[in-house]
Amino acid sequence: MPRTGRIREKLRWSKIYTFSCIRHPESINADAGPSLSLSLSLSLPLPGPGHSRIVRCNQPRAHKRKPLDYPTNYISTTKYNIVTFLPKAIFEQFRRVANLYFLLAACLSVTSISPFSPVSMIAPLAFVVGLSMAKEALEDWRRFVQDMKVNLRKALVHKGNGRFSNKFWHKIRVGDVVRVEKNQFFPADLLLLSSGYEDGICYVETMNLDGETNLKVKRSLEVTLPFEDDRSFKDFTATIRCEDPNPSLYTFAGNLEHERQVYALDPSQVLLRDSKLRNTSYIYGVVIFTGHDTKVMQNATESPSKRSRVEKKMDRIIYILFTVLVLVSLISSLGFAVKTKLEMPSWWYLQPQRGDNSHLYSPSTPGLSGIFHLVTALILYGYLIPISLYVSIEVVKVLQAMFINQDLQMYDEETGNPAQARTSNLNEELGQVDTILSDKTGTLTCNQMDFLKCSIAGFPYGLSSSEVEIAAAKQIASEESGGSVQNGGGIDYWENGGSGFGSSPEIELEGGITCKIEKPRKPMIRGFSFEDDRLMQGNWMSEPNPGTILLFFRILAVCHTAIPELDEETGGFTYEAESPDEGAFLVAAREFGFEFCRRTQTSVFVRERYPSSAEPIEREFKILNLLEFNSKRKRMSVVIRDENGQLLLLCKGADSIIFDRLSKNGRMYEADTSKHLNEYGEAGLRTLALAYRKLEESEYSAWNTEFLKAKTALGPDREAQLEQAADMIEKELVLVGATAVEDKLQKGVPQCIDKLAQAGLKIWVLTGDKMETAVNIGFACSLLRQGMKQIRLSPMNKELITQDANKAVKEDIQKQITNASQMIKLETDPHAAFALIIDGKALTYALEEDMKHQFLSLAVDCASVICCRVSPKQKALVTRLVKEGTGKVTLAIGDGANDVGMIQEADIGVGISGVEGMQAVMASDFSISQFRYLERLLVVHGHWCYKRIAQMICYFFYKNIAFGLTLFYFEAYTGFSGQSVYDDWYMILFNVLLTSLPVISLGVFEQDVSSEVCLQFPALYQQGAKNLFFDWYRIIGWMANGLYSSLMIFFLNIGIFFTQAFLRGGQTADMAAIGTTMFTCIICAVNMQIALTMSHFTWIQIVLVWGSIATWYLFLLAYGESSPLVSGDAFRLLVEALAPAPIFWAVTLLVAAACNLPYLIHISYQRLYNPMDHHVIQEIKYYKKDVEDQIMWTRERSKARWATKIGFTARVDAKIRQLKGKLHSKVSSLSGQTVVATPPPDVL
Amino acid sequence: MNSKGASTSGGDGTRDSSAPRRNSKKPKYSRFTQQELPACKPILTPAWIITAFALVGLVFVPIGLASLSASEQVVEIVDRYDIDCIPEQFQNHQLAYMQSSQTNKTCTRNLIVPRKMNSPVYVYYQLDNFYQNHRRYVKSRSDKQLRSKAYEHVTDSCKPEDKANGSAIVPCGLIAWSLFNDTYKFSLDSKVLEVNKKNIAWKSDQDHKFGSDVYPKNFQSGELIGGAKLNASIPLSEQEDLIVWMRTAALPTFRKLYGKIEVDLELNDKITVVIQNNYNTYSFGGKKKLVLSTTTWIGGKNDFLGVAYLTVGGLCLFLSICFVLLYVFKPRTLGDPSYLSWNRNAAGHPS
Repeated sequence: MPRTGRIREKLRWSKIYTFSCIRHPESINADAGPSLSLSLSLSLPLPGPGHSRIVRCNQPRAHKRKPLDYPTNYISTTKYNIVTFLPKAIFEQFRRVANLYFLLAACLSVTSISPFSPVSMIAPLAFVVGLSMAKEALEDWRRFVQDMKVNLRKALVHKGNGRFSNKFWHKIRVGDVVRVEKNQFFPADLLLLSSGYEDGICYVETMNLDGETNLKVKRSLEVTLPFEDDRSFKDFTATIRCEDPNPSLYTFAGNLEHERQVYALDPSQVLLRDSKLRNTSYIYGVVIFTGHDTKVMQNATESPSKRSRVEKKMDRIIYILFTVLVLVSLISSLGFAVKTKLEMPSWWYLQPQRGDNSHLYSPSTPGLSGIFHLVTALILYGYLIPISLYVSIEVVKVLQAMFINQDLQMYDEETGNPAQARTSNLNEELGQVDTILSDKTGTLTCNQMDFLKCSIAGFPYGLSSSEVEIAAAKQIASEESGGSVQNGGGIDYWENGGSGFGSSPEIELEGGITCKIEKPRKPMIRGFSFEDDRLMQGNWMSEPNPGTILLFFRILAVCHTAIPELDEETGGFTYEAESPDEGAFLVAAREFGFEFCRRTQTSVFVRERYPSSAEPIEREFKILNLLEFNSKRKRMSVVIRDENGQLLLLCKGADSIIFDRLSKNGRMYEADTSKHLNEYGEAGLRTLALAYRKLEESEYSAWNTEFLKAKTALGPDREAQLEQAADMIEKELVLVGATAVEDKLQKGVPQCIDKLAQAGLKIWVLTGDKMETAVNIGFACSLLRQGMKQIRLSPMNKELITQDANKAVKEDIQKQITNASQMIKLETDPHAAFALIIDGKALTYALEEDMKHQFLSLAVDCASVICCRVSPKQKALVTRLVKEGTGKVTLAIGDGANDVGMIQEADIGVGISGVEGMQAVMASDFSISQFRYLERLLVVHGHWCYKRIAQMICYFFYKNIAFGLTLFYFEAYTGFSGQSVYDDWYMILFNVLLTSLPVISLGVFEQDVSSEVCLQFPALYQQGAKNLFFDWYRIIGWMANGLYSSLMIFFLNIGIFFTQAFLRGGQTADMAAIGTTMFTCIICAVNMQIALTMSHFTWIQIVLVWGSIATWYLFLLAYGESSPLVSGDAFRLLVEALAPAPIFWAVTLLVAAACNLPYLIHISYQRLYNPMDHHVIQEIKYYKKDVEDQIMWTRERSKARWATKIGFTARVDAKIRQLKGKLHSKVSSLSGQTVVATPPPDVL
Repeated sequence: MNSKGASTSGGDGTRDSSAPRRNSKKPKYSRFTQQELPACKPILTPAWIITAFALVGLVFVPIGLASLSASEQVVEIVDRYDIDCIPEQFQNHQLAYMQSSQTNKTCTRNLIVPRKMNSPVYVYYQLDNFYQNHRRYVKSRSDKQLRSKAYEHVTDSCKPEDKANGSAIVPCGLIAWSLFNDTYKFSLDSKVLEVNKKNIAWKSDQDHKFGSDVYPKNFQSGELIGGAKLNASIPLSEQEDLIVWMRTAALPTFRKLYGKIEVDLELNDKITVVIQNNYNTYSFGGKKKLVLSTTTWIGGKNDFLGVAYLTVGGLCLFLSICFVLLYVFKPRTLGDPSYLSWNRNAAGHPS
């Protein structure tokens, strides 16, 4: 194996870590939210129910036989397999009421009750169901391929005799020993045996499971530590007895029996499938749970089948139509019964007295005949229910999904992933979204930090500007210069190529505020975008306070828990840090000339590079103590002894915490630094303050004894003791400076959020991260800004362990919510914006039944909502609350397995693909590779799809009502006997061929406005969110139009063909002639109608609309030429009778015109006097006014924004107001500076 | 009509040189997949609206007028004879009169030609309240049997008139069985007016649907006698009355062609018709009418088409004027941004 010759750094990490390694499992659980914290006993689990699993380590063969025959590691998420596909899929199909109805009709069609021939009933149904099933099969096949991709991943598995070789994931069995290398996923749930570190520690990234980005430490049992290379597994055996498969991620109970000794196991030895090995070169583990037994799979819930609102409404319309159908059938059968009883006896030509062994037309039993007739009528008027509607919608949606998949502007060059519509039934829902619930890490951010600025000794360094500053300056510049706009897009900073600010060099404002604007250079070094020559290349030596700067750099280089890794190719170091911030600091320190190069158990070595000497000097800093970071302390410190023997405490932490702990004479730079911190916060940067303290030897040793005592203490208050001890020394600090790190947002995220906000969407951020991080990201994404009133809901810090603690906390939260609601109510300033920030614990209470509506109404009143430290379950609960509480469409977007619940719960789930984990994508309805594609997905595709589907459905109902009702009217003329005026074939073809393609082309290709316009006028999106195109008004309008058309079609035809001859040759029209003419009228009228409905004609629509009409005539011609036994009365009808009759053509023209007259009047009037937004924009585009009058175009574009309080634009506006205010006050300059009334945000 | 070019994204297709391996999933650029096909996007401008309505009006009104005048040119004589052809004494026992084989059903009617009727003058019989479109009736026929001798026994669909005396009826079914059997003899000034009964059926029916080798057989021989009997020596393809009758009418009131009078009839000509009033419409109260009519290009006399055209055309002209007036008095500049929703709402909230 390749491990030979590898340089391995063996470190005893447990020594460096103060808290986490010895931390009890409960404390891990406590962070994960109360819903998951289950008490766990560390005592040996009793064998009994729930703990029956036995794993024979390294003996996978033992698991091939019963009773230890556990499932393999094969996973399958498909709905069907080859055997179950047919029955299951058919069952699914006939769960749709309409399909069931048609199935019944088809069954009855073989009896004489049916008014139609069997083939005319069965053929369309078979076609429609077959197509839907084909789609279903295709989608399941895709899932299968996706599964196989995972199943066919390879892992190193012990084959015996100490040899490891690659094996497919799905072949891994319980009991296998596997070796997982760095950055690989664990193939199953493993028991950690040993790792690349001497003491069996390894780091695990569980982002896929719970979304937490910080690495988790796992630790093997002492007893398994010797098994640290391949050969040692030759004879390894052990037995694990443990709990049965269960979905709880944070618990595990079991024991390991090795060489007749029993050792207790706890969750810190278990590595879960789909988490990832980080910062550790390799681990060995034994498989405990495989495949669907793994915790992650146990957590996977079956993805619910979602249906869009439009479709649900459509169902209701179908029910209405069913009611109409039943009503019409009842009228019809009543009429039939009456006619049969009263009149039929006198119709001798029907030989009423001679029944043909049935009661279909028996005057003696009119009731029975009536009931039979009811069935006939229900089948006959079935054309009211568009059988092809579902299948047409499905076809349309698949094609729409194809367009989404093929959209190059949603294709990510970096990951090579196109957007993917994983289910196509929610396309139109994309156009109606009201609230977006977004995950943070991996969705909004790339979880990568960039060192951007710093403030040292009260001097700000770092010239790179954040995007907010650049855009604000640019906007002001354009306003100052009289509104002249470049490229016609002054407001849209982003239009001109994202960061393409390179054109404007430097803008100097009156007040002397200089903003250097240049195109941000793509950072050459990952994690380091700092640009300031004053600190680089050793120039800092000539700065005012070189000593402080030196200290600053040393704190960066020494105060951390990272380990360096030598990159053998470049000779440089990369760092494996616990958090990306730390990594960024180390990179920054390296770039400043303080390269952290080696860590031993007791020391940190830093190569310091000074301009005075060519060679770097390697210095050793002895680490005496490490006081670790946690979210409560919000700081970390190290106690070091430098080469001069000087004892120093170096500390970095949240500014508020550090500022509280400064000594009197350590506050020299406090004012300046806090000013800079505010600026950084405003620019959306994560800030940390750095400080140090010189320690006296005696003081330290006194403290150290205390600390050691605390460290070795046992029991639950050990942690508190440790904290207390740390507290004792972390005071009297001297402030050195502050850092500003940019949490790298994913490309285009602020712009996208801005656009989405302008489109009227609300954006909630739900993150598992801590509040500070979430708030920072809120700033970076412009969801928060300075001047926004932040409402923070978190439980009070009561250390009560009493029973009514819960109640007290709840009451507290209740009070906070009430107060906040009151505050919003009392707010008079219309521009005031509120932000709600709530943490997971508070959310637990807020989501309780009696409080959740109050919470929701508060949240809805706030411009932005950020929920931090929420568990996956809470994410789903919040999503459900929003979905059900507001009744609006919610969209959840996320990338990790922790987002799966929310993705499945939301109306639309969007997964971010491209990052390694696939869970979110697998559970999602749409996957995109970058958050920013959401804008195009919603504003362009969503808008289009919504309009297309809405118009399409309306039209479908129209055409089927127009057609179906003519059958009913005709019945009244046939004594309600159930005779249809049309040939069976006409009716088959009506839905399948003659009218379906144009409406499909409407559903696929219609564009009210082009994609650019959609993006430029985000307000157009509201047409969907307000459901303007599928409201009852519109639906009923279309139905009325159908009713009108049916009346026109029928009665004009009847009137015109009344009894007289219709040909010069004297022949009168028979049923076939009238039926065919009527049908021709329908075809022409409905196809003309769809042409009027469309506003966008490519050659496809033109061909399909005209083609449908032409097809009808061609069909008639061909049908007429077929054997008279097939065509019956339609034989040569067109050629011989209809075509030579001018009246036939005259009727067609008349009816087509008359049917479309009301619609034409409606749209003419509406467009003239009540135009909708897209009408006006179409006109502007049509007359090319946007080119002629660019100022108007730009102005309208800027106005076409939802008056939003969040997003980048709102923020720039606020910044402009602020800068203008400053300028103004400088000009007037008498009464001093206006003080910003709002207090600085409580950031870190 | 502006067709949109693909100028904006043409470059996308060629930007793939950098990462050749990963591009397998990259969608291929085409105008179709990017939904950028050149399209014509007509909009409904006032000019279009007014032109469209005016055009429809201008086309429809002349068509309507032409149809009306054509309908006017048709000369039509309608004579209802079902009541009058029953002798006085049977007026209260119409059905008995009809069903009795003893009664003389001959009846003479006089018709005055109101206007000159150019030949050919078509003779129709018109029945009323007769449900030839009843499902039981419509289905009761066998196209196979009618078409060829080989399928003589295919009478399944003809129930209840499928078999008589154990063997198949040709032509079977209710339609044939209830064949109309009144006859008319015309004379003008005691001179017999020939009624041509050839070529009254549709050519295709005669040639393809009614076999020249199929002869009536067993017809009207059952216990119930329906309508006319057929001459068993003439093949069905020559039985034009039957062929006409077999084309079932769409409405309960219908006319069927009886024959053609191939001489011109002059104004005030007095035509005597001798009717054999055999067909029983009395049981269901159906009227029987004799119709003589000429035809024009729109067929027989019916003002409905012309009126409908005039109505729609007139309405369109009216609407076109309305829109002109609306446009003159309350014009809206097309593409006027002040009509955008965000400009219309004073509050500034787009809605």
